Amino acid sequence: MPLIKFLRSTVGLKIIMGLTGAALFAFTVIHMVGNLQIFLGQEALNNYAQMLHASDEVIWGFRLGLGAVAALHILCAVVLTIRNRAARGKESYAEYAAPGASLASRTMAVSGVIVAAFIIFHLLHFTTQTIDPSFKELTEIHKGAERHDVYAMVIKGFSVTWVSVFYIISVALVSFHLSHGIASCFRSMGLTNPAYREVQEWFGLAFAIIIFVGMAAVPAAVLLGLVKL
Amino acid sequence: MSTTSNSMTFNIRIWRQKNAQTPGKLVEYKLDGISPDMSFLEMLDQLNERLYAKGEEPVAFDHDCREGICGMCSLNVNGIPHGPDSQVTICQTHMRIFKDGQTITIEPWRSTAFPVIKDCVVNRSAFDRIIQAGGFVSVNTGGTPDANALPISKEIADLAMDAAACIGCGACVAACKNSSALLFVSAKASQLNLLPQGKAEKDRRVLKMVETMDAEGFGACTNTNSCEAVCPKGIPVTFIAQLNRDYAWAMLKGAAAEPKATVGGA
Ligand code: HEM
Ligand code: SF4
Ligand code: FES
Repeated sequence: MPLIKFLRSTVGLKIIMGLTGAALFAFTVIHMVGNLQIFLGQEALNNYAQMLHASDEVIWGFRLGLGAVAALHILCAVVLTIRNRAARGKESYAEYAAPGASLASRTMAVSGVIVAAFIIFHLLHFTTQTIDPSFKELTEIHKGAERHDVYAMVIKGFSVTWVSVFYIISVALVSFHLSHGIASCFRSMGLTNPAYREVQEWFGLAFAIIIFVGMAAVPAAVLLGLVKL
Repeated sequence: MSTTSNSMTFNIRIWRQKNAQTPGKLVEYKLDGISPDMSFLEMLDQLNERLYAKGEEPVAFDHDCREGICGMCSLNVNGIPHGPDSQVTICQTHMRIFKDGQTITIEPWRSTAFPVIKDCVVNRSAFDRIIQAGGFVSVNTGGTPDANALPISKEIADLAMDAAACIGCGACVAACKNSSALLFVSAKASQLNLLPQGKAEKDRRVLKMVETMDAEGFGACTNTNSCEAVCPKGIPVTFIAQLNRDYAWAMLKGAAAEPKATVGGA
C-alpha cells in the first residue's frame, strides 16, 4: 500500500509536516489580521467576532479541522524527532559547529513545544475563558440584542502586565519557529527550485517579522494605553 | 619550502578506537615540523611515521585519490566535516589555513548508519546499498546509440552534471544534526531522473532509494542547510526539494517500488 509506505517514510512525514506547517502559518496570518481590527474600535472587533461565531457548524468545523492539522503537525514532529535522535547515534561529537544551520533551524522541536504550551494557555484564556471566568460576563447591547464584548475582554486580559509580557514573548517564539519554518515548508513540500529558493527565504523572514509585529501589537497597545475602553 | 624557517607546530587531538566493539577516546599528540604547504593528510602521515617510529599503532583514516575526487577521505575537523575550508575535501586542505600552535580536533563521521570500524574510519556501505537500490539505469545491450539521438537541453544537462558531482563522501550525513542522507540521495537520484535515459525508472528509483535510506537508519531533513555548507562539491539543497517533489508524485501516481511481473514474462 503506497499510503502506508508514505506514512512510514521520513520524506512522507516531512511532506505532512510541510503541509500542516503551511496551513498553520496561513491560519496565523488570518488570525493576526483579525486581531488587528481592535485598532478599528469596539464596534468593528465585536462585529468580526460575532460573524465568526454566527454558525455553530462553521466554527466547529473550523476548530476540528485546525485541531486535526495541529495534531498531525505535532505527531509528525514527535515521530521525526525520535528518529532523528536515533540516527545521530549514541556517540556525539566532541566538537560540533553545526555549519550553515541557523539557530531557529536547530531548535524547531524546542520552539515548537513552547509554542504548543502557549497555544494551550491562549485557548484557556480567551476561548474557554477558564483562566478568568469573569470574561464570560463581559457583554454589550448591540442593535437591541446582547452579545459578547470581545473588545472589553481583550483589554481586560492584556491589562495584566505579566499576561501581556507572556504573550509578547510567546509570539516572538512563534515568529522564531516560523523564521525557519516558512522557507522550510516550501522545501518539504517540494516547491523549491534554484529559481525560487531565495524568494522563499526572504518571504519566510519577512512574514516571521510581520507576524511578530502584528501579533505583539495588540498586547503592547493595551499595556501602553493606546487602546482602552 | 624550508621546514626549518617555516615550520608549524600543532596540538593534534584525534579519535582513537581499537575496533567497533571497544569504546574510543580523543588522544592528544604534539606535532612539530609541519610545513604550511603540506596537505592535511600529509600532516597525518607525519604523525603516523612518528607513532610508527615509537612502536605505537598508527592512526587509521580513510583516503585514496588525495585529489578530491574519490570521496574516501572523511574527517570531522574542529567540528566541521572536511574542515574549515569551504567546498574542498579534507585531502585538498592545506595546513597553511590553520594557525601555528593551534589545537586541531579530528573525529570520524558520527552517525548510527556509519559505524566506526577503527580510529577515524567508518563503514559507509549504507551508501552503496542505497545506490544498489536505485542509483542506476537498466541499459540493454546492443549497439552504442548516437550521442545526438536524444536531445537534452543545456540547462538540464548542466543541472544533471551538478548533481553528478557528488563523490559520495558522506560529509552531508556527518554535518546534519539528524544524520540525514538526503543531499546524497537527492543528488544520486536527480543525476539520473533529470535525463531521458533515467526517466523510465524514475518513480521506482525514488521510492526504492528513499525506502533503503530509511531502512539504513538515516534521519529526516529539517532543511538546516548544514549538508550544503560542508559538501565539498557544492551540491545545493534544492535537489532535496526536487526529491521530495519526485517522491510525492510517485506516491500520488501509486507507483510501485518493484516492477510487476507481466504475463508472458518481461
Ligand atoms: C503546536 C506545537 C508545535 C510543535 C511541537 C511544532 C514542532 C515543529 C517541528 C519539530 C518542526 C520541524 C520538523 C523537522 O524536524 O523538520 C516544525 C516545523 C514547522 N512548523 Fe511547527 N510546531 C508547532 C506549532 C507550529 C505552529 C503554531 C506553526 C504556525 C504558526 C508551525 C509552523 C511550522 C512550519 C511552517 C514548519 C516547517 C515545516 C517543514 O519544515 O516542512 N508550527 N514544527
Ligand atoms: S552530497 Fe556532497 S557531502 Fe554528501 S556525499 Fe555527495 S559530495 Fe559528499
Ligand atoms: S582522498 Fe579522494 S577525495 Fe579525499
